Amino acid sequence: MNKRSWEGVKDRFIAFFFAANGILTIIILIGIFIFLAYIGLQAFHEISIREFFFGKEWNPTAYGEPKWGILSLVTGTIYIAVISLLIAIPLGVASAIYIAELASPFIREVLKPAIEMIAAIPSVVLGLIGLLIVAPFVAEIFNLPNGLNALTASILVAIMALPTIISISEDVISAIPESYREASLALGATRWQTIKGVILPAASSGIVAASMLGLGRVVGETMVVLMVAGNSRAFPTSILDPVRPITSTIAIEIKEVVQGDLHFQALFALGFVLFLMTFAINLASDIFLTWRQGVR
Amino acid sequence: MKPVNRSVIWVLILIAIVALSGCINGNQAPSNTLEIKGSDTLVQLVSDMAEAYMMEHPEADISVTGGGSGCGIAALINGEVDIADASRRIEEGELEKASERGIEIWEFVIARDGLCIIVHPSNPVRNLTLDEVGAIYRGEITNWKEVGGEDMKITLYGRQSTSGTYEFMREHVLKGDYSPDMLNMEGNKAIVDGVKVDKSGIGYIGIGYLRDGVKPLNIASKKGSAYVSPLDQEAVEDGRYPLTRPLYQYTNGMPVVGSLAYNFLKFELSDKGENITRRAGYYPPNTEDKANNDEKFRMIEKKIR
Repeated sequence: MNKRSWEGVKDRFIAFFFAANGILTIIILIGIFIFLAYIGLQAFHEISIREFFFGKEWNPTAYGEPKWGILSLVTGTIYIAVISLLIAIPLGVASAIYIAELASPFIREVLKPAIEMIAAIPSVVLGLIGLLIVAPFVAEIFNLPNGLNALTASILVAIMALPTIISISEDVISAIPESYREASLALGATRWQTIKGVILPAASSGIVAASMLGLGRVVGETMVVLMVAGNSRAFPTSILDPVRPITSTIAIEIKEVVQGDLHFQALFALGFVLFLMTFAINLASDIFLTWRQGVR
Repeated sequence: MKPVNRSVIWVLILIAIVALSGCINGNQAPSNTLEIKGSDTLVQLVSDMAEAYMMEHPEADISVTGGGSGCGIAALINGEVDIADASRRIEEGELEKASERGIEIWEFVIARDGLCIIVHPSNPVRNLTLDEVGAIYRGEITNWKEVGGEDMKITLYGRQSTSGTYEFMREHVLKGDYSPDMLNMEGNKAIVDGVKVDKSGIGYIGIGYLRDGVKPLNIASKKGSAYVSPLDQEAVEDGRYPLTRPLYQYTNGMPVVGSLAYNFLKFELSDKGENITRRAGYYPPNTEDKANNDEKFRMIEKKIR
């Protein structure tokens, strides 16, 4: 009897423990949100919202008047996001199709873990590879004096997004019922027609969701862009211009600010903008995934 | 809801442990550990000094990190470090923030630097005036042919705003804002690496970072005066080289006699310290710097006796 009631307490305690952990995650998320918003919004006592969002120049420690415009930073982030997705999505989806549809079981078993290993490369190592190999290569091809620009950074960041895009797309494609393929092949469609006409449409929303998750990774990446994107303050007009995305701006400048300073608050405001961007992207991918499940 | 109470207690106990261990560390800090942070230009030199000092005094534990002068001074004001390295003078605004937080700043000059303007070895340009350097970094001169070189766009390599070297250049050479096209590099070494492979590049670095593969330019203070090389030791020491600058260390409050901070500063300014400075490629403090340092030490020693 005694033992049984002890078991009951233990059960309830464990259930509580798991529930508490789940709730803790949400509390942490909300806590970060409030923390960023609380400090970041204080910056707008002194910086006009118009200047912050539409100013092209960010130079808080300028020789003359400090400048607080984030437009060129946001543009830098968007450049890297768009270019790296343009590189990563075709590569990622093609690899996923190969693994799920075409590869022999043996190759599949080798490829899947190998691709997941990409995620294990520390970003600072990728940054070094970028500095020593990719940047000189890009400089050579486009005949530039140096390769520290948006394109170089995007290539490296695309590599970081690949494992996410490939493994999720592959899961989605593998989950398509065998009957779809059989029906298509029975109608006389070739393998390529099956992939193009049946598999891809059926997996499309999952692929979009995978790309969105990859995008979240890309937007938040700091170390690689800090090392190879050049970080100049000028507004980028071409993908071969150096850019300074939001993440590297925060990483560079947070080291020199005194806590509670206007500059400190402005960096938090910048962090808040970045948080909203990645949050929106993740939310969108989540909606896509549920929508897909709803359709099926 | 008993488990709730229990976990709350556990959390409180954990917090108490963490807080207590923080206190214990805080109490031990002054005795034999010293945290030094700041200038990337100084980090190698001060590390060498710390290493030599710890060889002689194995009980001392000195840690030296970089990050930039602004970063070191901010850490000093935030109470995170004992000494801040800086390759520029502390600013009025920073002094204000320090006094708001009840931190009294003491300044020592531990070495002198001949700031080098470097280019790719294949660049035919050998001499520039300070005004030309300023105009290049402000973005007013954008092609090497304007200063006697080839017809080639100039690529600017500079430091990030946390850097004392960045601010020194801005205050004393540019007297205006940097061109927004300048590439903002992580440190002196990153600038050397960049210019080494960029025929159109120009960069500025502390002389301790000068390596083969880049060429330091001769600098004249104005048009018509002599171009002087930063490698001319005499010229740097007597100030004929126009880009000499003091390298500072700032302490949080007066370093009392017998404390590690005091002993370490004394060591850095001793003959032994000067030898280390020369070996690292920098120059020892000049007569004026020495007089200032000595006066500080007199005040420190008087206060205790």
